[in-house]
Amino acid sequence: MKAQHIINRHWCKGCGICVAFCPKNVLELDMEEKVVAVRPEDCIGCRVCEFRCPDLAIEVIVEREHERAA
Amino acid sequence: MKEQLKFIQGNEVCVEGALYSGLGFFAGYPITPSSEILEYLSRRLPEAGGSFVQMEDEIASICAIIGASLTGKKSMTATSGPGFSLMQEALGFAVMAEIPCVVADVQRFGPSTGLPTQGSQQDVYQARWGRHGDHSIIVLTASNHQDLFYITVEAFNFSETYRSPVILLLDEGVAHLREKVIIPKQGEIPVIERLRTSVPEGVDYHPYLPREDGRLPMSDFGGSHRYNVTGLFHDMWGFPSTDPKIVHGLLHHLVDKIESNVNQIARFKEYFLDDADFVIVSYGSSARTALHVVHSMRRKGEKWGLLELQTLWPFPCSLVREKCEEADFVFVVEINMGQVVHEVKRCVDYPEKVYLVNRVDGEFITPTDIKNITRVILGRGV
Amino acid sequence: MDISIKDYIRKRFFPHLWCPGCGHGTVLNNLLRAVAELGIPKNQIVMVSGIGCSSRISGYVDFHSLHTLHGRALAFATGVKMSQPHLNIIVPMGDGDALAIGGNHFIHACRRNIDLTAIVMNNRIYGMTGGQFSPLSGKGILATTAPFRNLDPAFDTVNLAISAGATFVARTTTYHFKEIKEYIKKAITHKGFSVVEILSQCPTSFGRKNKLASPVEMLKFFKDTTALLGSKRLEQGPDLIPRGIFVDKEVPEYTEEYQKLIKRVQKNT
Ligand code: SF4
Ligand code: SF4
Ligand code: SF4
Repeated sequence: MKAQHIINRHWCKGCGICVAFCPKNVLELDMEEKVVAVRPEDCIGCRVCEFRCPDLAIEVIVEREHERAA
Repeated sequence: MKEQLKFIQGNEVCVEGALYSGLGFFAGYPITPSSEILEYLSRRLPEAGGSFVQMEDEIASICAIIGASLTGKKSMTATSGPGFSLMQEALGFAVMAEIPCVVADVQRFGPSTGLPTQGSQQDVYQARWGRHGDHSIIVLTASNHQDLFYITVEAFNFSETYRSPVILLLDEGVAHLREKVIIPKQGEIPVIERLRTSVPEGVDYHPYLPREDGRLPMSDFGGSHRYNVTGLFHDMWGFPSTDPKIVHGLLHHLVDKIESNVNQIARFKEYFLDDADFVIVSYGSSARTALHVVHSMRRKGEKWGLLELQTLWPFPCSLVREKCEEADFVFVVEINMGQVVHEVKRCVDYPEKVYLVNRVDGEFITPTDIKNITRVILGRGV
Repeated sequence: MDISIKDYIRKRFFPHLWCPGCGHGTVLNNLLRAVAELGIPKNQIVMVSGIGCSSRISGYVDFHSLHTLHGRALAFATGVKMSQPHLNIIVPMGDGDALAIGGNHFIHACRRNIDLTAIVMNNRIYGMTGGQFSPLSGKGILATTAPFRNLDPAFDTVNLAISAGATFVARTTTYHFKEIKEYIKKAITHKGFSVVEILSQCPTSFGRKNKLASPVEMLKFFKDTTALLGSKRLEQGPDLIPRGIFVDKEVPEYTEEYQKLIKRVQKNT
């Protein structure tokens, strides 16, 4: 599975909610207090980061293996 | 509908006028002496296909009619002094958001609970200034049932034309009086319908951008244009703005759209003013008494006349000045400690010739009261 | 298939004005998902809000939006619904907005069972005015008007709504985002007055004063102090705040009944 993290740096306020509750520690805040996907390969595509973000600033696009094959 | 002759209470005349105008929604809360409006409409409005709701208080009532008006319905509430006080915040909202609606205030004697069943004309200033902040508003009144019918229709017409709340300032004297009224057949007197935008779906619509004539075409909630309505200062789309230019422009628009049309909004009646040495200025039920006095003075050969105001706000200053110009004495007859008298003094060239003639013991002002007080003023003895 | 919730917002007002980590944003996020999944056309939705941080939400959504007075949203909404019963009316309110100044309208809207969707975004504080306690703060909290800890007991929104007659009542938190979406969907579809209370975090005015320094800590607090109705956890932890759907019943709806009344009286005249 491959996940793509679309982060709107302009909208992200660096609250850290997505970082704290990511089950796989994929996300971190950078020097500017904006979120970045530092370990995208670990992402399981659960999208809890996206659903909890108060700023609609992160979106996860999940491409599943079978979809790629098709 | 055919012309109908009825013998009814003032409150019911108000109901007839509202239905004639196409009332679609009414929300209210019981309060003396306006409750009959609520009662009549609870029956008549659903019969006419409109909706009636008795709310939990006066605040809810005025809020509900503003909401209903936004969906395109002609809307109204009715109350009396204490309830009218509760409505002021939301009336300010209707002013700011430019929502057409009509509020009937059947004045009773105050302050506070006061004399609930006795009439007064004490809410003239509350009607004008009850809300915080600068603004303008339209306030109408009438002294007899036929006029009240026309003025009620006019209230709806003005509210649509100027996109403003309009206050129908009745008093207990007229509201509870029974007399005859002719309800004209539909189409006989003009009823102004809501001006709706012709901007098609998908094209940018500016709910708060006045046309050249100053009017703002509306779009009903639920229609194809989604916009914002707020009590905050707002831009032409209705979205909040603190831009000084926008704030300045909107405040001026709110005041000017009414004040610059004072002559179009002025409704009045005059009796024997052409040669009058003594001019009475009055309105509402006290104008009935005043007219009585004028007739009896004329019979005695004295040149008295009456200027009956039906538009109280915006105050028709130049009209009052003109009509009082030739008078030696101007008597303002009202059932309060002096409200319209201050406006009259402000407008005439010689304020020292303007006198208040009033009665404030909860009783109705009689012709004898007016005669006695004016005799004293004129130095003719007690 | 994923519907983009961005189609339901007024993008030009983003980033929005709520503070970093404010729970109201999470409510917005999942409310939009609920509406998107229900597939209701934007022209069929009216959002009516009051005054306070919560009420900003109506400016952010691309529906018909009516930003009214403090506490009065339900009264305005009643007029909209009575005149256009086919519209979906969503009324998000803050805790003070809904239950202090707006308490009277709240109980009467419950009583009438008018088809409005009330969402109480309960952060237990007046955020916009700087952190005064609200009727949902509860005893013992610190607020700018409770420097010695609050003495005022709190309302229980759910119990209040039920006893006043609301016919759909649910509660969840901003931690439990799936429930937000699920309950709002049910509330919108429900015919009658529905109340969804969502415990929401105000890190700025509530959190900082009450030893919940970060939004993350506040979300953990919601996770730790609540439990689903019918769960073992709730059985074993009587002090936990229950989440879930408390009431969902069919009772004649006000505007439908009124339309019937119109038909009836018109037949007789
Ligand atoms: S939850 Fe949203 S706003 Fe907060 S850090 Fe993550 S992306 Fe940024
Ligand atoms: S989708 Fe899930 S695993 Fe992937 S970054 Fe978001 S929270 Fe972490
Ligand atoms: S003050 Fe509190 S409620 Fe208001 S925006 Fe900030 S965090 Fe949200």
